[in-house]
Amino acid sequence: MIRFRDVTKHYPRSGTALGEVSFHVRKGEFVFLTGPSGAGKTTVLRLVHMEIAPTKGDVMVSRFSSSRIRRREIPQLRRRVGFVFQDFRLLERFTAEENVAFVLQVTGASRSEIKPKVHRLLDHVGLAPRATAYPNELSGGERQRVAIARALATDPLVLLADEPTGNLDERASIGVFELVRRVNGLGTAVIFATHDATLLRRYQDVRVLELERGRLVYDSGTDAAVRPPLRRAPGAPIFELLDEKAAASRAGEGAGPTA
Amino acid sequence: MRPFREALTSLVRHPVLAVLSVTSIGLSLFVVGLFGLTAHNIASALSNVEEKVEIVAYLSDEIGEARVRLTRSEIGSFPEVLSVRYVSKTEALYNASRELTEFSDVFPDLDVNPLPASLEIRLRAGHRGPEAVSAVASRISAYDFVEDVRFGRDWVNRIHTLRRIAGGAAVILGGSFALVAMLLVGTTVRMSIHARSSEIAIMENVGATAGFIQRPFLVEGLMTGLLGGILALALTYGAYRLLDRAVLEVLWMPDGWTLAGILTGGLLGMLAAGRSVRRELRSLYAI
Repeated sequence: MIRFRDVTKHYPRSGTALGEVSFHVRKGEFVFLTGPSGAGKTTVLRLVHMEIAPTKGDVMVSRFSSSRIRRREIPQLRRRVGFVFQDFRLLERFTAEENVAFVLQVTGASRSEIKPKVHRLLDHVGLAPRATAYPNELSGGERQRVAIARALATDPLVLLADEPTGNLDERASIGVFELVRRVNGLGTAVIFATHDATLLRRYQDVRVLELERGRLVYDSGTDAAVRPPLRRAPGAPIFELLDEKAAASRAGEGAGPTA
Repeated sequence: MRPFREALTSLVRHPVLAVLSVTSIGLSLFVVGLFGLTAHNIASALSNVEEKVEIVAYLSDEIGEARVRLTRSEIGSFPEVLSVRYVSKTEALYNASRELTEFSDVFPDLDVNPLPASLEIRLRAGHRGPEAVSAVASRISAYDFVEDVRFGRDWVNRIHTLRRIAGGAAVILGGSFALVAMLLVGTTVRMSIHARSSEIAIMENVGATAGFIQRPFLVEGLMTGLLGGILALALTYGAYRLLDRAVLEVLWMPDGWTLAGILTGGLLGMLAAGRSVRRELRSLYAI
């Protein structure tokens, strides 16, 4: 569904951000995109979102190709690609439900369908009781949940998450990650950019794409043998918590992690 | 409906800016309005004067009455000519004695009437310009029994120069003020765009169409312009009443002009907004 073919992105000032990267993400797949800061993770996500065009190569998202897409088709693409940011980017003057409703309003949903859908989305991310709270009244984890609900409002085929747990403490990070896993379990593909080693260690079943200085150096989906599998650090409290959440999630939805 | 609601919200959210913007466009158009009022009054005075523009052809004494009748109907059939009036020698003398009262004693004592008979020719509207008047006059002077033709050439020229100056000044002054008003509305719209930049970023992020994002700002410009136009109309009407009552009799502008003034305000506002939208949102969905 998302295919990078020899994609190079060159910026006039800062040089090459991405060099000849090729990979394919299938429908409903969950992929970790990892690598140190400046490796090109955000560039990959922005290419999928078609905020930028590749200098060379082609990015294909659903039926849209970066080399052929027209300006007026980009809104259609964006409705199929949800985006979650590290800094949430919620509108501070709107409540949680208004933030989600805003997306539906601006993408042309009818008034009668907005209210029930907002309620369902907030319920889905576990924030129905906080629907009328303003962003500054919510914790970091809660804000990211609102942002996820907002990103899901247009029923995207893929959810792009750019370091969504980067501003959160461990507990909140796990909660947000579990939520994204549940979203994936319902059929939405996910590209989860992170350099949080604990998450990577914990979820070894998840495909990992690793970037380094703009090059794709590791793809566990195709060459997992290139380097030994990551091992979880035993006994760390964070994992117990995660296991509990995962178990609860599996029991509730049948779509939790398989670790 | 949404663009109007958004535009109204935006105007209400920045009331100082909105009032400033409407007032400035209002004041700018008020100057144009005052000028329009002046121009209309000049034009109406000019057309009153112009209606009086006539050609007088003095006839030779030898011409017979039948010939006069024929010539009169010939000249009357010129497309430029509105009417031809024959003034006989007797009537000319009578008019002269009535108008020149200081000589009234002299006239009855004259043995011979020294005044010639004449044809007074009035022209249709649209043919009272200097060239048309000259052309008709020279055709009339071609008749051999016409001894002289008078039509106040300089006077006709001067009226027309005055009208051209009035028109030119209207265009220059009106244009300059419209430009100032547009810059102000453009700035207001730009500030609205900046104030809503985070919302615009999210709209772009989730796939609102470019038109959907741009429309409220265009409507904001339109509304600012229309409100400014209405304010200008109110101010101009106030000035008219004041002038009419206190100074001299003034004509109010035709309804078409006032409507055109308000619509011009709206159009200027929308054009200015369009320019700001194009500049500020140029990168919308550009990859």
